[in-house]
Amino acid sequence: MKIAFTTKGTTWDAEMDPRFGRAVYFLIYDNDKDELSHYDNSDASNDAHGAGPKTSQKLFELHPDVLITGNGPGGNAAAVLEKTGIKIYVGAGNMTAKEAFEAYKNNRLKAI
Amino acid sequence: MKIAIASGKGGTGKTTLSVNLASFLAEQQEVVLVDLDVEEPNSGLFIHADLIHEEDTFKMVPDWKEDHCTFCGECQKVCNFHAVIQLGEMIMVFPELCHACYACSELCPTDALPMIPKKMGKLKHLKNNRLHFIESRLDIGEEQAVPLIKKTQKYISEQLNGSFIEIYDSPPGTSCPVIEATKDADYVILVTEPTPFGLHDLKLAAETMKELKKSVGVVINRDGIGNDDVFQYCENEQIPVLGKIPNDRRIAEIYSQGKLIYKEVPEFRLALEKITAHITTLCEQQNHS
Repeated sequence: MKIAFTTKGTTWDAEMDPRFGRAVYFLIYDNDKDELSHYDNSDASNDAHGAGPKTSQKLFELHPDVLITGNGPGGNAAAVLEKTGIKIYVGAGNMTAKEAFEAYKNNRLKAI
Repeated sequence: MKIAIASGKGGTGKTTLSVNLASFLAEQQEVVLVDLDVEEPNSGLFIHADLIHEEDTFKMVPDWKEDHCTFCGECQKVCNFHAVIQLGEMIMVFPELCHACYACSELCPTDALPMIPKKMGKLKHLKNNRLHFIESRLDIGEEQAVPLIKKTQKYISEQLNGSFIEIYDSPPGTSCPVIEATKDADYVILVTEPTPFGLHDLKLAAETMKELKKSVGVVINRDGIGNDDVFQYCENEQIPVLGKIPNDRRIAEIYSQGKLIYKEVPEFRLALEKITAHITTLCEQQNHS
């Protein structure tokens, strides 16, 4: 299973980025291989509009099973993510990626 | 003669100046007042006139034809605004993000994205004696102001002859809608406050107008608060200060009642007279050249 986190850095100690569309990085954890990788999404901050759909499309290509984020996607992003079937958990905006993963495993994050 | 009334900062008094200046000028001549702040038009609160025309406005957006599509991804690639998204064997279109540039539709090799009209707002044309008032209002949920601003300007150029003085109440800020609202103007009046915040945003607006090669003048609203930095800036940049509107509780009260200020506050009328004198000189210069 692959889990994507919206983060401000590229390690387990990185702070979570509470934003979805303009998240700086996606940290991707492959549970089966125990591998950590990342995708640089910093381009999205240059978009005046449409960051949500664009980032959702990228996430579709990265095809994680689960997304862990902070505030949750906006309307346009949610419309795309709904079609991808990725399970979304929110409320991890003030954690590190490691803490967010622990919170997810302990069912302390809200599914939307 | 087209005069755009703009500002960097919001809430500096663009609408106050626009409606009062237009009404004041209309006592003597034919004037068209246009509210181009289509995301939140409010000039209409102060203008009492008869509705003479009303129309829905449309923009063209792509409509995905699944049976024509080969999922080549060209549409997603050419869309700068992320209004077309490909998810495997599905294309999603976000009409609110679409700038109606036709790129996806024209470049689609199988004509799977024909353009169809989508309602984006409403245009109203009102008239009271020598004053024409045009207001466009974007529908709730629409994100793009530019197509409606373009439509509104097209309506004016088609319906109203160029001998009028045209006053454009512009959106705040310095982004695309402001560029669209000011780019055809012969003159731009920037309204500001003599405060650090007012100066900061005035600089942004003045630099934007410089880039557009516009001649500009400044009107200072709420004169008497803050400091002299705005005046200093205008002097250094050689931007004329066309008028000053005093910081006066009476003005706020009259405004809050939806009434015209110059009719009750002599200092305001004086500021309008000065601005009008400046505009008249500009008009004469334009007629000579």
